[in-house]
Amino acid sequence: MSAILPPAERLWYKHPIDRVEGTWIVIALTWCLIMFFMMVGWHVWGKQNLSTETYRTTPEMFMAKTQAMVDKYTVRIEKDENATPVVAPPAGSDVYFIARLWSFYPVLELEKGKTYKLHLTSMDYNHGFSLQPANINIQIVPGFEHVVTVTPNQSGTYSVVCNEFCGIGHHKMVGRLYVK
Amino acid sequence: MSTSTTYRTCPRSGLQFEHQAEWLMKANAFVAVVWLLFGGILAIGVVLTRWPAVRWLEADTFYMVLTAHGIDMLIYWIIFFEIAILYFCASTLLRCRIATPKIAWLAFALMVIGSVVNNIAVFRGASSVMMTSYVPMMAEPNFYLGLILFAVGALIAVFVFFGTLVVAKKEKTYQGSVPLVTFGAITAAIIATFTIASGAIILIPTWLMSIGVVKEVDPLVYRTIWWAFGHSSQQINVAAHISVWYLVAAIAFGAKPMSERVSRTAFLLYILFLQLASAHHLLADPGLSTGWKVVNTSYFMYFAVLASMLHGLTIPGAMEVAQRQKGFTKGLFEWLRKAPWSNPSFSGVFISIIGFGFLGGISGVMMGTEQLNMIIHNTIYVPGHFHATVVVGTTLTFMALTYYLIPVLFKREMIAPTLAKWQPYLFGFSMYFFCLVMMGAGTLGVSRRHWDMAFQGAALAYEWPGAAYLMMALVGVAGIAAIAGGAIYIYITVGSLLWGRALEGGPASGKFTPIPRTAPSAVAQTYGSMGFAAPGTFALAMVFLLAFVLYYFINWKYLSTLWGLS
Repeated sequence: MSAILPPAERLWYKHPIDRVEGTWIVIALTWCLIMFFMMVGWHVWGKQNLSTETYRTTPEMFMAKTQAMVDKYTVRIEKDENATPVVAPPAGSDVYFIARLWSFYPVLELEKGKTYKLHLTSMDYNHGFSLQPANINIQIVPGFEHVVTVTPNQSGTYSVVCNEFCGIGHHKMVGRLYVK
Repeated sequence: MSTSTTYRTCPRSGLQFEHQAEWLMKANAFVAVVWLLFGGILAIGVVLTRWPAVRWLEADTFYMVLTAHGIDMLIYWIIFFEIAILYFCASTLLRCRIATPKIAWLAFALMVIGSVVNNIAVFRGASSVMMTSYVPMMAEPNFYLGLILFAVGALIAVFVFFGTLVVAKKEKTYQGSVPLVTFGAITAAIIATFTIASGAIILIPTWLMSIGVVKEVDPLVYRTIWWAFGHSSQQINVAAHISVWYLVAAIAFGAKPMSERVSRTAFLLYILFLQLASAHHLLADPGLSTGWKVVNTSYFMYFAVLASMLHGLTIPGAMEVAQRQKGFTKGLFEWLRKAPWSNPSFSGVFISIIGFGFLGGISGVMMGTEQLNMIIHNTIYVPGHFHATVVVGTTLTFMALTYYLIPVLFKREMIAPTLAKWQPYLFGFSMYFFCLVMMGAGTLGVSRRHWDMAFQGAALAYEWPGAAYLMMALVGVAGIAAIAGGAIYIYITVGSLLWGRALEGGPASGKFTPIPRTAPSAVAQTYGSMGFAAPGTFALAMVFLLAFVLYYFINWKYLSTLWGLS
């Protein structure tokens, strides 16, 4: 007769269902399906979907591509202690961004409303790409080159905060990104 | 073999305890509380460091303490307690002897040794890798070895539970189906088997890597399989604490499930779909297809969410029906107003149900949505969510159950009953607030697992908005209040065992008393089939749904303002 005793009726799956339960099942299931189709629908009508384009890579390969971009498109040097180059690649191009212990490389300068193919990888451990204050958060996994197509919609100075724990210097790992 | 043990029937509850099972439950529950105490002490270090104005611990100590806090609470406190619950649901509720008590003690020993070895590795300082220990960041070999030993022990204990079910069936200690609470425990145990196997599959190669036998473990494969362990272990908790909710509803009200069919089907949905939830940790990862993400993180079209929404209705619903039968029928909510609010077992469970649903449930579905995940991934929103599920949900439920078990299982009168009356309110509500402000800070982007939100010494520091600082300060305040609530629980529990008046346990007998067959009652035949038995609960469910829908779409609105991503 209670939840701690065997049910009185042998066949529990033949128990009657109260209308409170029946109604709630219908409502809850409907809501669950709405949520499911939101996810699918956003791929069709929404503008914020995380790309799944991924390649295997190595630190050497990725560093070479990044350095080529830096050599070609550096516009100035950031006034930080690492003197990180500020790179302004043309709209539509491939943009390489490295996460490593404990910095991001290089500093990027993008244009508002233009689209870029942002390539992300880590040279060592897992890192996080947390773009602030826009609040876009992407995992960076070593060995994998993740290609994300981004279109900045507001100009300003952005920070990239590492939000995956990566050791004792984790809380100092912040990069920068400008949108003109 | 069945004659070598004794059984006692508790005069206060009518529950029958077998001698070996009783000691196994006591031992597992006691060690669980020791880990809760230890994890709670570590929590002081965590909250006082994340409180920006205090920032108590040094960075290396903080990361070490955070690693230990996560593992000790999420794994050791909860799983030790769950093993006690499994034994209770099998041996006590089915009134049978426990299968292979010696092997059960071996399991217990392995779990104790494993947890201690793992903690020693953490406190040696070279294993501050967080609970997730993502490769290629490596801990000491003993970090993994301890976890593996613990997992093997836990798996053996789960098999002892299954064995006990077989014993009960064979010795005919009950007739018909197992009770609903045992059914829920079986759900938890099935999920646990999958979970612990996943843990072993990924931690064994990682351990071999740490001692140099295996060259490399792929970081993405690690993340995928680790989460089949890391998240699924939280699903054990869900199944276990929901079983306890049914248990407490039965004990506190004599409530019977509204419909065995609905509740048991909901548990079956957990077995089928809850595992898929682990995929939502990988939503922001490279290398996994959109289809894979959508199917898995919707728990296959949210069938597991549906199951939770059902339990969330049927448990208070069963309480309401029981109260209405006692005559509390005025209006929608007299049954709730006249509930035993000063019984900590009931108040703890009720605060847990509401908090788990409104805070943990809604936030969990939001963050588990493929696109919405991008606005909270790895922010402090995530610990905000899982403190609502694991602390408000599981821990508070286990605390509530403890208050029931002290006289029944431990045969002690509870000390400080007035303090116990208040403890669920202090702990529960401060945790509510703690989770809310954490989620608030996370919505502003504040990172989890981060020592210094001011980025002192960083080359290109970022300045968080003032509101983020305010909320992190409130996290500190609420955290300290919750820790005080936890300390009261420890004081009452340990104090009752040490100084509580010993109670009569009931005479020991060499034979078990089988559960008598209950005759189907007339009420049960027509029960509810035409009625609308729990209108108050239904009203509460509609409030929940409204909150859910609003919060869900607010987040889509927020997402739509972000940069274009494709």
